[in-house]
Amino acid sequence: MHDSQATTVEHEAHNPALLHHFADAQQQKNAASLGMWLFLVTEIMFFGGMFCAYLIYRLAHFNAFAAGSQQLSIKLGALNTAVLIISSVTVVLAVKAAEAGKRKVLVGYLVVTVLLGMTFLVVKGFEYAEKFEKHHVPGPTFQFTDTFDDNGKQIPVSSNEAQLFFSLYFAMTGMHALHMIIGCGLFSVLAVLAWRGHYTPGYFTPIENAGLYWHLVDIIWIYLFPLLYLISRHS
Amino acid sequence: MSEHEEHTTHSQAFYLAIGAGLLILTATTVGAAFVNLGPFNPVIALLIATIKATLVVLFFMHVKGASEKLTGAVVVSGFFFLAILLSLSLADYLTRSWR
Repeated sequence: MHDSQATTVEHEAHNPALLHHFADAQQQKNAASLGMWLFLVTEIMFFGGMFCAYLIYRLAHFNAFAAGSQQLSIKLGALNTAVLIISSVTVVLAVKAAEAGKRKVLVGYLVVTVLLGMTFLVVKGFEYAEKFEKHHVPGPTFQFTDTFDDNGKQIPVSSNEAQLFFSLYFAMTGMHALHMIIGCGLFSVLAVLAWRGHYTPGYFTPIENAGLYWHLVDIIWIYLFPLLYLISRHS
Repeated sequence: MSEHEEHTTHSQAFYLAIGAGLLILTATTVGAAFVNLGPFNPVIALLIATIKATLVVLFFMHVKGASEKLTGAVVVSGFFFLAILLSLSLADYLTRSWR
């Protein structure tokens, strides 16, 4: 810390984004990142409650959960997983471009991220539409006549238990989709601000923190995909 | 303590490699779901998901090599409290049939 005085003055002169109560830009960045992570922990606990409910009901009503899961499209689920993974790559490349001060590359990656996020939501929309057509949406019109295929043995499942699976399916994927919509909005705003030159190699914390959010939403989907789509698929 | 701006990001090739690894693991988890492994099917699925999540946390979210050392503690505590939520809830529900 022996030369901190000199560096601080230099930073203040060169970095208008540095707030006066931070010693230097690195400390300010660390504080913002830590704050973002504390928010992400509350998000983990929020989704954790739903994962916990899922786990308990799945253990209690396994056949109905497997039968419900077999009604979901693995193709669309896997496609969406790939879309989200690719969007996470474009997000880290956006952060890298921001660090290097490449404004146009940064805007490009942010726009591609939003487009990938929207692709995810459109695919999800098609999946939801199919659920409405098949009356697999929980409520008064819910119908479930499919059986659980246990190695060739067709085991009938109760409609109420299947409704439990689809309630959790819609609650978890719906809440995840809401996070995706918020993420797309966030990245759209960042793209506009980046285009206007708000971010410099000395200050791109909003890009980094929005990136952390996007990655967490990706991680939640990484768990949702096998838990919802891949129950007892071998038969 | 260094006064330099720390570069936490990796090379583009590195990120693409991690992304490719995540896609391969996704294909693996789909493939494994169609193989009858008995009670190990969900175990394998969750193991692969956890490997993927760990890759994202360490390299995309830059927790490995983060300049703020507290970040690691916050991340671990987040998953630790999630583990408490899940394990204590299951300790209740899984033992209710015991007499």
